[in-house]
Amino acid sequence: MKFAVIVFPGSNSDRDAYHAATAVVGEQASLVWHKDTDLGGADAVILPGGFAHGDYLRSGAIARFSPILPAVSAFAARGGPVLGICNGFQVLLEAGLLPGAMVRNRGLKFVSRLVPVRVDAIDTPFTRSCSEGQVLRMPIAHGEGNYFADPDTIATLERNRQVVFRYVDDAGQITAVANPNGSAHAIAGICNAERNVVGLMPHPERACEAALGSADGRAVLQSVVKAYAEGLVAGRPAIVR
Amino acid sequence: MRARVYVTLKPSVFDPQGRVVADALQTLGYDDVRDVRQGKFFEVELEAADRGVAEARVAEMAAKLLANPVIESYRVEVL
Repeated sequence: MKFAVIVFPGSNSDRDAYHAATAVVGEQASLVWHKDTDLGGADAVILPGGFAHGDYLRSGAIARFSPILPAVSAFAARGGPVLGICNGFQVLLEAGLLPGAMVRNRGLKFVSRLVPVRVDAIDTPFTRSCSEGQVLRMPIAHGEGNYFADPDTIATLERNRQVVFRYVDDAGQITAVANPNGSAHAIAGICNAERNVVGLMPHPERACEAALGSADGRAVLQSVVKAYAEGLVAGRPAIVR
Repeated sequence: MRARVYVTLKPSVFDPQGRVVADALQTLGYDDVRDVRQGKFFEVELEAADRGVAEARVAEMAAKLLANPVIESYRVEVL
């Protein structure tokens, strides 16, 4: 299968995502510049981490107007798997492809460390290879990862099981101390109602090899490869095999 | 014409920066400070036939880009 990794000015995890998709999980990938307008026949799209457009105005606020975004939105609307990592998640929120918004971390500090993250929904293309309740150790690196949505939206997310990842302690329990940024309901990642668009603040692509301190993030990319192999992902205008 | 846009977090959204500023002011002896909300301020220069048009245009800009309606509210002032 073929991944498209979108590159914005200020992206800094684009190469990591490319490396994870190619060298680690052994698939094809292309880097797609934000001024392009088509995804080159990709089967999955990754919006990588970084500081697109310097995070000017708000994180992701300028990137959402990039020429490539209409193609990403159309791909998502056709059911194609889209993964937003960190800044990529913020772009998906600003673009309205996922509900809610990010505000400044509760402790005001930029937080960069390996954290335990629990998988609470395995029926998404990016968590199919995980088991429910599995704890993945992945790094976070953000200053604005404090997930906020109004109470109705949060209730809808919970009711539809759209909370895909939560910050937990090593035992898999939600605690105040284990929540690194103050996110509502310890939310680390969510999906849309159709479940094909997933955004998360932790970086699975930076936790794909033991040398990086954790290889747990590999499961996220392997999941979408598995979903593709099983014919469970849509998204391309015409299926060419 | 010139317009000013003030963007602040909605009252329901915790503002950790404002909280820290309020704490710092109290530490300085300003015991009368109850709360501080930090926000953003924009000055927009635009061509407009009259103030009403300018206000409507800038309010549209604020809703579309300058503020994120999920977490922020805004106020427009035409000078």
